[in-house]
Amino acid sequence: MGLLLDALAAIGRAVLRACRLAGAVALFALEALSHLVRPPFHGRMFGRAFAEIAYFSLPVVALTAIFTGMVLALQSYTGFSRFNAEGAVANVVVLSITRELGPVLAGLMVAGRIGAAFAAEIGTMRVTDQIDALVTLSTNPMKYLVTPRLLAGTIALPLLVVVADILGVMGGWVIGTFKLDFSSAAYLRSTFDFLEAGDVVHGLVKSAVFGFVVALMGCWCGYTSKGGAQGVGGATTAAVVSSSILILALDYVLTEMFFAR
Amino acid sequence: MRGDGDAPPPKIRLRGLRKAFNGKVVLDGVDLDVGARRSMVILGGSGSGKSVMLKCILGLIEPDDGAIEIDGRNVLAMSRREREAVNDRIGMLFQNGALFDSLPVWENVCFKLLAQRRIDRRAAREKAAEILALVGLAPEVRDLYPAELSGGMQKRVALARAIAAQPDIILFDEPTTGLDPIMAAVIDGLIVDVVRRLGATAVSITHDMTSARRIGDDAAMLYEGRIVWTGPAASLGQTGNPIVDQFARGEREGPIRMELRR
Ligand SMILES: Nc1ncnc2c1ncn2[C@@H]1O[C@H](COP(=O)(O)OP(=O)(O)O)[C@@H](O)[C@H]1O
Ligand SMILES: [Mg+2]
Repeated sequence: MGLLLDALAAIGRAVLRACRLAGAVALFALEALSHLVRPPFHGRMFGRAFAEIAYFSLPVVALTAIFTGMVLALQSYTGFSRFNAEGAVANVVVLSITRELGPVLAGLMVAGRIGAAFAAEIGTMRVTDQIDALVTLSTNPMKYLVTPRLLAGTIALPLLVVVADILGVMGGWVIGTFKLDFSSAAYLRSTFDFLEAGDVVHGLVKSAVFGFVVALMGCWCGYTSKGGAQGVGGATTAAVVSSSILILALDYVLTEMFFAR
Repeated sequence: MRGDGDAPPPKIRLRGLRKAFNGKVVLDGVDLDVGARRSMVILGGSGSGKSVMLKCILGLIEPDDGAIEIDGRNVLAMSRREREAVNDRIGMLFQNGALFDSLPVWENVCFKLLAQRRIDRRAAREKAAEILALVGLAPEVRDLYPAELSGGMQKRVALARAIAAQPDIILFDEPTTGLDPIMAAVIDGLIVDVVRRLGATAVSITHDMTSARRIGDDAAMLYEGRIVWTGPAASLGQTGNPIVDQFARGEREGPIRMELRR
């Protein structure tokens, strides 16, 4: 009995701690968002963050998308040929990429690159007093460091996903026409015949949320880091792990919401 | 509070300032007056709360109790906007410079002027050269990044950034720690020079008695969370206060016991 109560108390404490953390992150996000409507605006910082995400993540997201499209074509061909349904390969590729794999894989890649970079940049600024220095130089650090990054993440990831969608479909098309002997025109026709605008929009909404989450966790972990270089290292890891898990969990939640409609 | 007729209030007045972190008391009722246009040096062992005290004055740390008056007005009771207006008149040189490593020197130096829209980016590059000259740096330095500078140059750039907006009050947190003795003397000289030129009130933290005598008019000793002594900086070493004298002479024996374990 006592053991059971102890276990319950421990679980309760962990849940409380998680709730407190979630609340703190939510307040952090709200404060950052409130600066979207309060001048001055730091357009230069937005441009910098946007370039960092869009430009530097493009190669890795592009490669991921191409190979994923190729593998999808091969795998679905193997599977569907058992039911004589090879014709569905193009549909499977385009739907999987636009609805699911484009946003999730791009999100995870960006979490690894950008979540880590944001946490390291802001964490270093924290432990070297640069954030305090901003305050003494008449600059609100949330407005200057966090808000532009959140905005950039929310806008840049959907753009990356558009590219990932196109390249993923191309990867499938390359395998379809050159290896699986589909006619190029037929493959493309069945790709676009079954694709609905809603599929693409669904993916882009997801990716906007993922982009926001990656930037948020990167900024939060960096902003609250302490304890020198080791603290910054910990913040970086925490940012990548937490944003990756959140991406996968939110992916389920958002998919459920879209299906429910 | 002010019973001294029409004498002007001190520029900075701390009363009963308290701050504890997780139950560990760091400041335990600090009282301190810094007169207008005076240069005050704060002495105290490592971890005695000197930086915390400066951060309280800057509003970076909220004290648990006490009053901080600047020009006779308690800043802790001010609205956020009023407080920001007061803070705009304070410059700070952080312990390790705290230069923004993603920005070139000229943007670092003119950061506050740019943030307050007092200057545009083109003019800022020109202005930076002017301010850098005050701390003895050549105009070419403005296009370098902080990581490309030596420790002494970083300190000078940080000093330039602290004075760029012509503050009334400048706070220096260990400006010469980590520099060789000659560079330390140069930085001390620059500090005396810019403080006098601006007609500012200065509060400096230092461990180094030579520095303290060079930059300070007055000195105060922070020990166990309180100011235990204030007096002229020139008297350091023969103040008659056993705590201060032990600290100033760097003696192992005396009232100060180093706590090696906390
Ligand atoms: N933000 C903080 N959170 C918790 N403890 C702090 C914080 N800032 C300072 N301290 C603690 O306060 C004490 C005094 O620190 P500090 O003012 O930096 O010392 P110093 O006199 O060397 O400048 C130290 O023990 C430090 O660990
Ligand atoms: Mg200190």
